[in-house]
Amino acid sequence: MERAVADDERRRVEVEINGESYSADVETRLLLSDFIRHEAGLTGTHVGCEHGVCGACTVQLDGEPVRSCLLFAVQAHGRSLRTVEGMTDGLADGELHPLQQAFHEKHGLQCGFCTPGFLMSLEPLLLDERELSDREIREALAGNLCRCTGYQNIVEAVKLARERVREPAETPPSP
Amino acid sequence: MKPPRFAYHDPRSLDEALALLAEHGDDGKALAGGQSLVPLLNFRLAQPEHLIDLNRIGALAGITRRAGRLHIGTMTRQSTLEHSALVRDGWPLLTEALTYVAHAQIRNRGTVGGSVAHADPAAELPVAFNALDARFRVASRRGERTVAAADFFVTHLTTALEADEALVEIEVPPTPAGTGHAFTEYARRHGDFALGGAAALVTVDESGTCTRAALALLAAGPTPARAPEAERALVGAGVDAQAATEAAARATAEIHPTGDIHGSGEYRRDLVEVMVRRAIELANERAVSTREAGRSANGASGG
Ligand SMILES: Cc1cc2nc3c(=O)[nH]c(=O)nc-3n(C[C@H](O)[C@H](O)[C@H](O)COP(=O)(O)OP(=O)(O)OC[C@H]3O[C@@H](n4cnc5c(N)ncnc54)[C@H](O)[C@@H]3O)c2cc1C
Ligand code: FES
Ligand code: FES
Repeated sequence: MERAVADDERRRVEVEINGESYSADVETRLLLSDFIRHEAGLTGTHVGCEHGVCGACTVQLDGEPVRSCLLFAVQAHGRSLRTVEGMTDGLADGELHPLQQAFHEKHGLQCGFCTPGFLMSLEPLLLDERELSDREIREALAGNLCRCTGYQNIVEAVKLARERVREPAETPPSP
Repeated sequence: MKPPRFAYHDPRSLDEALALLAEHGDDGKALAGGQSLVPLLNFRLAQPEHLIDLNRIGALAGITRRAGRLHIGTMTRQSTLEHSALVRDGWPLLTEALTYVAHAQIRNRGTVGGSVAHADPAAELPVAFNALDARFRVASRRGERTVAAADFFVTHLTTALEADEALVEIEVPPTPAGTGHAFTEYARRHGDFALGGAAALVTVDESGTCTRAALALLAAGPTPARAPEAERALVGAGVDAQAATEAAARATAEIHPTGDIHGSGEYRRDLVEVMVRRAIELANERAVSTREAGRSANGASGG
């Protein structure tokens, strides 16, 4: 029979995710990716490899993209996270974040499994004031694997979203 | 793919962390960025009973220059080092090496000291630190000591750190005027661990004669070794194509990288040789152009 969980193998964890507070008593070995999915019920964050290679689990920890499968939930205690669900906060029902809208228009996804990770990794590029070459955009997405798109349309989507965010269009994009 | 159970400790000070390391000895492990350790836990290749998380000890992170030397706190994130203007100006070899380390999301979390303590022979930072004659400051309840790179890396994934010791800081001396740097590597995909590579520092005098060289090899053996004979051979003349080729051959004459599915040992040896040659040539080119830039700046201010 499995031994009982010792006291120092459990902790109370309180984390802010997309501006809301979540707390739970968890085993210290619980991965942050599993906390997000199973304790907070936010299943937009996907899990592919659980060893840091695929990028599907990427979330933003205090604004920085990180692998949630390589962090323990206890390490996020008292900190603030953003997941893909947070991207549409404050938008009208059915409205998408500019990066999501650009992925949609440019066919930056097919099966969609990798997409939340790409969005979390690439969102900071929309705020980057510098001109970015295709090569720099490709470097920014090199840590995320996609088996479907061949990446080209993801690069196109980033460029479109950056154009729109940096020079907001007068008329909203047609659907 | 789930880690085994462990008791988790998150000390707020180095003293507290060292006490925990001393208490748990071989049953305990320091947790830095977790970008190497957590995969090992997820695969259950490591099963420590106690994890001592260093992430809440703010004093262990930071980059400063004191008396010309660069001091890097062990918990400094790799991305912080990558974007530091101080580092780029004074120790650009580190900045260049970091562009090859994993991916941005991993560098956001992975620490400089974690990469050193992990001691993977295919990791870029240990090789760059070795070329730069860095020293590693190590602490335990028993006291402090400073270890030179040559003594720190013992073999594959093994350092001179005892179970109760923590790496605290990395100290890098300045490089002399007229020094050029280069980090070269070949990997199957960008961000993958390299199949082979090299770091080079070449210093030239006003006439372009090489006065000092440092070469360190990536993924060429169990540790990030230097190549002292090849370094000496470069000194005393201008570095031309032939000198670089000969030094690269000398640097790799005695190495025996192990082969795997990505390439045989022989292929990797040849690859490292090419990487060393290219690193020497690029470092020399950069050294010569800093001298030229210095001369024209002097000329402009003098005239
Ligand atoms: C997909 C992927 C690709 C990668 N590619 C590369 C690459 O191309 N090149 C590269 O160099 N690295 C690569 N890495 C590894 C990455 O750079 C790690 O961040 C680094 O090797 C370990 O640093 P860490 O802070 O994450 O340490 P951890 O994973 O937290 O620790 C690593 C080891 O060091 C020990 N340790 C850490 N800090 C201390 C300390 N202060 N005192 C004593 N012991 C300590 C730990 O106990 C552990 O044994 C990759 C990682 C992933 C997941
Ligand atoms: S699930 Fe985290 S990187 Fe693949
Ligand atoms: S859209 Fe299918 S994996 Fe990327």
